[in-house]
Amino acid sequence: MKRRVVITGCGIYSCIGKNMEEVKHSLYHGVSGIGIDPARKTYGYRSLLTGIVERPELKGLLDRRSRISLAEQGEYAVAATLEAFGNAGIDADYAENNEIGIFYGNDSSAKAVIDAHNKIIEKRDTMLLGSEAVFRSMNSTVSINLATIFKLKGVNMTVSSACASGSHAIGLGYVFIRDGLQEMVLCGGAQETNFYSMGSFDALSVFSVRMDAPQKASRPFDASRDGLVPSGGAASLILEEYEHAVKRGAPILAEVAGYGFSSNGASISQPSDFGSETAMKRALADAGISAGEVDYVNAHATSTPQGDMFEAMAINRVFGAHKPPVSSTKSMTGHECWMAGASEAVYSLIMMQHSFVAPNINFEQPDEYSARLNIATETVEKNINVFLSNSFGFGGANSALIVKKITNDE
Amino acid sequence: MQRTEIIRIVNNFLIEEIEIEESKLTDDAVLKDDLSIDSLDFVDIVVIVERNFGFKIKPEEIMTEVPTLKAFYDYIESKMGDR
Repeated sequence: MKRRVVITGCGIYSCIGKNMEEVKHSLYHGVSGIGIDPARKTYGYRSLLTGIVERPELKGLLDRRSRISLAEQGEYAVAATLEAFGNAGIDADYAENNEIGIFYGNDSSAKAVIDAHNKIIEKRDTMLLGSEAVFRSMNSTVSINLATIFKLKGVNMTVSSACASGSHAIGLGYVFIRDGLQEMVLCGGAQETNFYSMGSFDALSVFSVRMDAPQKASRPFDASRDGLVPSGGAASLILEEYEHAVKRGAPILAEVAGYGFSSNGASISQPSDFGSETAMKRALADAGISAGEVDYVNAHATSTPQGDMFEAMAINRVFGAHKPPVSSTKSMTGHECWMAGASEAVYSLIMMQHSFVAPNINFEQPDEYSARLNIATETVEKNINVFLSNSFGFGGANSALIVKKITNDE
Repeated sequence: MQRTEIIRIVNNFLIEEIEIEESKLTDDAVLKDDLSIDSLDFVDIVVIVERNFGFKIKPEEIMTEVPTLKAFYDYIESKMGDR
């Protein structure tokens, strides 16, 4: 029999709030975290739009070695993880004496790499990079640093799967626990926001240039959308085997019930309605539920013309006549890329805990495809027992998660 | 550069950048054991010395030949004198 996997802790650090409470407020009230980064102009960006994320103050919380080894996104991940372990009731003693694993989504560490490159060009001597450059530059920078800081002793791995990284990290944590390989895994995703990190993405002209109205720029599914807005931060979830959590007296927030994945096997940049559909159907089948049981869909929709269209087609095919409320929280947060799959699971979980569907802000005019969806344009008071969260990335990397509410009689 | 100035600069970066408590900075303090300076810290000290004094040191040289803080001041002073 497959073991059940529950979420016993959550933490979030994003452009719409630095903790669960702040983010709940922003989601409920449809608050955007998007702004302008003037420095991007000097670096040659086409779009200056970005999620505005303040760096957390970690001095006093972490020792010097731990702090200097962290890249920007690692700092966000520490802040989110402190909150997640805190509300899961896990302290340093527990971590020292029990095995906790980590799967964390991350797919770049641009600033660390470019800073090191610039230093080598200036000094022509690698000895002058200092001790921290390597630990900040590696793609695994977030997972290796978190594992060190929080004394984790289980599986230790970064998941790099483009904009599905964070979702796959949760999916893999779920599989490892379900199959008896781990009892508890820290899962999540992190994304840097510095001006080096998005230059190559900006080069594709897929970012919104609605710079006269930053908070109107991210408008998933809207007919007048002109591109995505990059953003970042980190989200952490503590996944735990159900009986283990009960025995520990842990707060059980919800159950990870299904994980679906697929690869489009096609374009490096173009999404696919078929690939998206496969991931969603596989997640539903894994959870053993029908599409009609899903109360809310957190869409991947990033506000690009093509991506939103293909996802709308796929959602329509999967859900048919049953039209659950759909929203893309990227309308408020922008596209949190490597982090998005994890943060959107957290955003949806917040909605589940507080019985509301957050609005897809800036959705004013549907297009031919989004007109067929039940898109929440305002906050909807609604009991959510089951949600589906989609994440799709470059190279056709697709992931979908199904999360269920745990009822008191279980 | 005067020795007092070398001591001031070294102590300042040990306190501010390596985050060692000022009270531990005595002449006979052993770098590894009393100040807990590890192999990664020595890599950082290479960078800091280059920035403050303008010359490069070899971390393996410091780790093997410079046991105490006083010996470290002496080492910097002698390197400065060589310039």
